[in-house]
Amino acid sequence: MDFSLTDEQELLQETLRAFVANECPPRKVRAIFDGDRGEAPALWKGLVEMGIAGLGVPESHGGAGLELLELALVAEELGRGCVPVPFLGHALATLALVHGGSPAQQARWLPRLAGGELRATVALAETSGRWLPEAWTAELREGRLIGRKELVPDAEGADLFVVGCAGGVLALVETGAGLAVRPEPTLDRGRPLATLALEGAPAAGLAPGAAERLRDAACVLLAADAFGAAHQLVRMTASYAMTRQQFGQPLAQFQAVKHQLANMALEIDPTRGLWWYAAHAFDHAVADAPRAAALAKAHITERAQQVARDAVEAHGGIGFTWESDVQIWFKRVMFDRLWLGLPELHRERVAQLEGW
Amino acid sequence: MNLQFGEAYERLRTEVRAFCAGSWPLRGEEARLPEREQAIAWRKRALAAGWLSRTVPAAYGAAGRAPDVMAETVIRQEFDRAGVPHRGSVQGTHMLVPTLLECGTEAQRRAYIPPTLTGEMTWCQGYSEPGSGSDLASLQSRAELVGDEWVLSGQKIWTSQATEADMMFGLFRTEPNAPKHAGISYLLIPMKMPGIDVRPLTMMQGGVDFCEVFFDDVRVPAKNIVGRRGEGWKVSRATLKHERMLIGDSTGARMAYDAVVALARQVERDGRPAIQDPGVRQRLAEIAGFVATQEWAIARMLSAIHRNQDAKVASEMLMAKLLSTDTQQRIAKLALDLVPEEGLREPGGEDVVMGIKPFTRGRWVSQYMFSLAGAIAGGASNIQRNIIGERVLGLPRDARPAGE
Repeated sequence: MDFSLTDEQELLQETLRAFVANECPPRKVRAIFDGDRGEAPALWKGLVEMGIAGLGVPESHGGAGLELLELALVAEELGRGCVPVPFLGHALATLALVHGGSPAQQARWLPRLAGGELRATVALAETSGRWLPEAWTAELREGRLIGRKELVPDAEGADLFVVGCAGGVLALVETGAGLAVRPEPTLDRGRPLATLALEGAPAAGLAPGAAERLRDAACVLLAADAFGAAHQLVRMTASYAMTRQQFGQPLAQFQAVKHQLANMALEIDPTRGLWWYAAHAFDHAVADAPRAAALAKAHITERAQQVARDAVEAHGGIGFTWESDVQIWFKRVMFDRLWLGLPELHRERVAQLEGW
Repeated sequence: MNLQFGEAYERLRTEVRAFCAGSWPLRGEEARLPEREQAIAWRKRALAAGWLSRTVPAAYGAAGRAPDVMAETVIRQEFDRAGVPHRGSVQGTHMLVPTLLECGTEAQRRAYIPPTLTGEMTWCQGYSEPGSGSDLASLQSRAELVGDEWVLSGQKIWTSQATEADMMFGLFRTEPNAPKHAGISYLLIPMKMPGIDVRPLTMMQGGVDFCEVFFDDVRVPAKNIVGRRGEGWKVSRATLKHERMLIGDSTGARMAYDAVVALARQVERDGRPAIQDPGVRQRLAEIAGFVATQEWAIARMLSAIHRNQDAKVASEMLMAKLLSTDTQQRIAKLALDLVPEEGLREPGGEDVVMGIKPFTRGRWVSQYMFSLAGAIAGGASNIQRNIIGERVLGLPRDARPAGE
């Protein structure tokens, strides 16, 4: 048994961490968060050049032929740095094609998605918490899509959408006539959301079962992203507590603060293996993948949210301001917990999958 | 990443399984022996076969195999599955034996390790005192070298299994004028001695496990010191390290979790099985997250240790105890809430005796209280938080009073 990363996986993660440190320091995250999206495309382009856009695409279609675990390792680093790039939607849409596209669909789209010439995203949610395949109502009829999808990440500028439809079917639709993107003010400004109005856009279905794979992959990527963000929040807060002085000593010298920080680390640090395993199960233990993914999403995003709340509290007044970087990471974690449904939704799925 | 143990380990698993099936339960005359004697008989066979305490050198009664955490994990899994008495006296096999291997003399190893491994010699730990809990190094029990004997006086407390144990390993102040950490020695003390008075303490759930131990002019041979005079603190750290690893084992959490799921299937809430109640399902699934977190964290640690990359998991190792304590408490709390009326009745009989036994309803009430002990024994939770703060996050050490 070897529940550890390979040298190649560690190298991937180190490379990405260095990229984020150099190309997307908190100053840049802040600028983009404050509305200057000018540098955001360059960040995505940088990741594309590293091959991140095609990480999960088979080599025969121009990708790196890697698995969900590698994508999740990327998500961890992007979460750690709160990097405002359209990775989530693109990675998921691409995976949906890898798992549910016909040979013709794959040949047509995957090379350009892998190379970053095209960008894709996923349209899953519908009104009133209809996140999951069994709840979708958008209709794919005679090659045309009718319906309304909400909370679609990075929809503006996307070339291709994977849309969840009634019956748990996924449909592939290009931007163009019959598809209108309406951006929404988004809490996590690094990952802007939009509503998608589908009024007869031409679309093609993907193979049955792809929707469930997409759902599981999304759970894992959100868990990994939340893990990275919360792990960083603990370190940001520890660093602040070492610097900030009150009563003539650093906050970290007070045992109440030290214990609060220890509890934060305890919330999130040990959960790393939970999303590692969920990713591994997706790739190699498919029967257990839905349960493992649901458990990771529910558990880790909940723990991460608690860490984020504690981080604000430990920062005191400054932590509650727009000026503080904590709020940016806080909102990243809020997105990860809320998008694709609350922990409760996924815990109930765990219960069903356990046969309770 | 590969979650299969692989062919070699699966072959090992088959062998261990066959050994367990052939050796337990005991048959014939042996099956009528008292429980303790049965355990000794089985442990002797398991030691001879090379399965038990397998890394302890042959000179001290085991097989002297190279350390292999994967092999040890497979063996423990099979032992647990078969229900064999492999855990024995943890104070002896998991604390005293490693300490002697690291710090003991050859004569001490030969005298104490073999009977400890078989279970013929059992141990208790004499550390805490009424005035010295988390601040253990402030301990006041004295040992004075008079001729060729240590003369012991003072009091230990929270000493588990002190009534049954043959021996105690304990910390005593031997250099009263030295700074507090430097004035302590680690001594081995036969318990059936004149001057030792063991008084059991009743725990909050009604059971008896730990004791007060009084020493009044107790005489122990001078050679019963482990390490040198004044080095007892350092010697004891080797032991504490092992205690923390032990509590970090996830088997207990998995067994308790499986038991609470079974309980939720048995009991009713609003006229249907509790496991169909949405609130219960949420809590069970939340606990499943904690149990899985613990299991995968341990799998990560095992894998890293196996590759000699301990540093990669150092922070998780420091968190293992606190994580395990929290998980056990969550499980026990849900179990109590599934049998709330039972919680109004006082548990008694077998239900208040600690150990790995079937979880009856009364036992859960007892466990609800007993799960608090995990936050106190072996390094209290607030001390664990200090350790995490200082060693994982690099926060400053607590300010110490002058003279520390």
